[in-house]
Amino acid sequence: MQLTVWTYEGPPHVGAMRIATAMEDVHYVLHAPQGDTYADLLFTMIERRGKRPPVTYTTFQARDLGKDTAALFQTAARDAYARFTPGAMLVGASCTAELIQDDPAGLVAAMDLPCPVVALELPSYQRKENWGAAETFYQLVRTLAASPAPNRSNARPTANILGPTALGFRHRDDVIEVRRILNALGIAVNVVAPLGATTADIARLPAADFNICLYPEIADTACRWLAREHGQPVVTTVPIGHGATRDFIAELAALTGIDPAGACDPGHLPWWSRSVDSTYLTGKRVFIFGDATHAIAAARVARDELGFEVVGLGCYNREFARDLRAAAALYGVTPLITDDYLVVEEAIQALQPELVLGTQMERHIAKRLRIPCAVISAPVHVQDFPARYSPQMGFEGANVLFDTWVHPLVMGLEEHLLTMFRDDFEFSDMAGASHLAPLPVAPEPALQAVSPEVAPHPAPDASAARVWSADAERELLKIPFFVRGKARRNTERFAAERDVATITIDTLYDAKAHYAR
Amino acid sequence: MATAQHFGRTGCDATPVLRERGQREVFCGLTGIIWLHRKIQDAFFLVVGSRTCAHLLQSAAGVMVFAEPRFATAIIEERDLAGMADCNDELDRIVDQMLLRRPDIKLLFLVGSCPSEVIKLDLSRAAARLSVKHGGTTRILNYSGSGIETTFTEGEDACLAALVPGLAADASAKPSLMIVGALPDVVEDQFLRLFDALGIGPVHTLPARRAGAMPPVGPNTRFLLAQPFLGETARALEDRGATRLDALFPFGAEGTTDWLHAAAQAFGVDAMQFRRTIAPGRERAKRALAHARPLLEGRRISFLPDSQLEIPLARFLAIELGMVPVEVGTPYLHRRHLARELALLPAATRLSEGQDVDRQLDRVRADRPDLTVCGLGLANPLEAEGLTTKWAIELVFSPVHGFDQAGDLADLFARPLRRRDLLRV
Ligand code: SF4
Ligand code: SF4
Repeated sequence: MQLTVWTYEGPPHVGAMRIATAMEDVHYVLHAPQGDTYADLLFTMIERRGKRPPVTYTTFQARDLGKDTAALFQTAARDAYARFTPGAMLVGASCTAELIQDDPAGLVAAMDLPCPVVALELPSYQRKENWGAAETFYQLVRTLAASPAPNRSNARPTANILGPTALGFRHRDDVIEVRRILNALGIAVNVVAPLGATTADIARLPAADFNICLYPEIADTACRWLAREHGQPVVTTVPIGHGATRDFIAELAALTGIDPAGACDPGHLPWWSRSVDSTYLTGKRVFIFGDATHAIAAARVARDELGFEVVGLGCYNREFARDLRAAAALYGVTPLITDDYLVVEEAIQALQPELVLGTQMERHIAKRLRIPCAVISAPVHVQDFPARYSPQMGFEGANVLFDTWVHPLVMGLEEHLLTMFRDDFEFSDMAGASHLAPLPVAPEPALQAVSPEVAPHPAPDASAARVWSADAERELLKIPFFVRGKARRNTERFAAERDVATITIDTLYDAKAHYAR
Repeated sequence: MATAQHFGRTGCDATPVLRERGQREVFCGLTGIIWLHRKIQDAFFLVVGSRTCAHLLQSAAGVMVFAEPRFATAIIEERDLAGMADCNDELDRIVDQMLLRRPDIKLLFLVGSCPSEVIKLDLSRAAARLSVKHGGTTRILNYSGSGIETTFTEGEDACLAALVPGLAADASAKPSLMIVGALPDVVEDQFLRLFDALGIGPVHTLPARRAGAMPPVGPNTRFLLAQPFLGETARALEDRGATRLDALFPFGAEGTTDWLHAAAQAFGVDAMQFRRTIAPGRERAKRALAHARPLLEGRRISFLPDSQLEIPLARFLAIELGMVPVEVGTPYLHRRHLARELALLPAATRLSEGQDVDRQLDRVRADRPDLTVCGLGLANPLEAEGLTTKWAIELVFSPVHGFDQAGDLADLFARPLRRRDLLRV
């Protein structure tokens, strides 16, 4: 068993729902207990869809268990076909149905429904949401796109954009941004899938010259299969950030022989970042966590395009651990591959970054530790499905990243003034960064003792036991709050290494000199 | 005073109930944790379940709660399914880990889920075993919030019922009153003040705000259900000798009056004093309701099943605001506890118990009520079809009981209609 406060990913059948909901004429019959329909509100509330997800649940109850749950499943499948007449049907089990072993695949095969049926095997006790989505998409593609393309016309190169789904972080706008780039290059879009695609569109996938694997978490398996089966090359650069977008364009240009110049756009990020107002961003210590694709992309933007120092990099999806390890090596940090929220919390606490780029969960952590934070990856909440245009990809995406990441930081002048004059009654550092909670919220009773400096967890090394003299403690408070945690940690480590029993003002400044960056 | 009799006997008590089986678009009882963990301040809810259960909790609630919640999930993994013995060891390890992180916890609920029920993990044995191990610091209880056994608010019923056997025995000869149901603190305080003014006491609440303050129970306990979904808890209290006071549920001026009156009668409060004591609150409630009436009167309303609050709320809206209930669906109909409510519903009301969601939505589309009360999985899709909705969960998450919330309760239904009229987009 695993103790879980927050989970980064839902169960794999939620991934399957994301594929079904993204598409136009696919229906999903899910063998699941009463109550699992909660998943509908991910789509109707968080993503604010105005349609029910195309999912029929069997919603069995305890009294059904003694009887024929298999018959219940068959009735649900038959009724769903009659009511929705989908172009293809997905059938599968949720975690509870997996335990009662009704075998949806066999049951539905015996029914001989008049449409293609994909029976999903999603091991709920081993795998998670992204894997479920990738597997479902792959199985659908395999089933529906088996026959080769009639004849690829050579008029102009065509691409499929693969990976965007329902409930994807900024998928809606990323697709628009990528289409814009393809358009500027003169590359036609054959099919975007699964988002907005029909089963007929999936059957047309082989007609494209190549595939763009926009979200590897979802589309990698399908892209590999299409490459093997239909010989379609795959564009693998994910265009998040200014540099990555240029690389993406270069990759497209190399593949198609088109001059990349047409798609190049200076964007605002390079100038915004070079303007002197951004100088104070230099070397800001940032911790990055999310799905592997977004985390790796964010690290590059953070270091190369904003001048931050990446002090931590991690992802929650093990399937892409290898890529993340390679990226972590680039930045000289230890990769953190975990789906355990508590481990991420510990890492952030130990590293004391000045900015956290993460998911909804890291917002919880950062809020508790009073560290500025911006969201770069799913899981996200309703506010990260905005009404306004806000891609992460392409040149406009880079503009969005600049604004979003800098926004939570204290502005430069404010930062100077906080350092110079510590006793302003309104403009004090306990107010935190200007965009954090403006008023101290009443802490939960159990958390009263928790603040960034009074950790609920034992500190990683024994140095925490060292005594601070009253003077040194006061001096420490003169250091602006966003670097104070790091100063405390460094001083304690410095004292431990030298076996200094009591930390004095001198110890503090000795440590500062020692670790000067 | 206005009690049930005054409205005549034209109600719904004999109407046939439409019983449907099919897809049920409802929450499981785990969702009760979302409000219970705020109410009982030193309790922790550890769900023993799957990733689905953890995901449900955080989707339904966690995202609204930025502070670290007092609930978590012990996720069953592949290797746990292989061997039962390990499962118990694993559970012990998780509980240790949890209590180490939260040493302030005095009451720990091991909450059963569909997976734990299906693999027959014996959580009551585990709770007993762990209670011994952590005896003196933390009590450990168990109940099931699984979808296969409980619907939404029934999770609270199961939780409270689990508390009952452990309540201290009350052997005193003097009668006492117990208010049953997790109410918002402000509402609870209002009721306590009213009972005090009526001279009724001692008054306890189940649940109490702290694990150590749970009420005693005995043959002289009289209890009032504040919520209609507490069938199991009522039975458990009756098993301990307590007596239920039959009343309308305390929604609106009339419901609250009737509810308070049931206690006043049981405690021999003089009729004059009763009227005098409740008059200010009752008048305030009526004034507040008068504001909402123009918007609601004559409007047709349908309820999809969700929380079992549907019938008392439909009664309130019909009797006090002149709304016309079209279909009132409930996940489960507790006839005995709702007899008086049913008697007050207009006779033409279509009652349904259980659900086949697609067919029920066909009926909603055919009926085209002015307002449809439904869950969050259906609300936006129905809005997109041009039907105005009130999302049902808010009725469980807002202070709605008692005189001083009557206006707010009416406003919850008026607001979507007002908004619809207001928007020019
Ligand atoms: S804002 Fe989020 S948590 Fe709140 S009701 Fe909407 S979907 Fe649920
Ligand atoms: S208890 Fe059952 S219905 Fe509820 S989330 Fe867990 S598996 Fe789903």
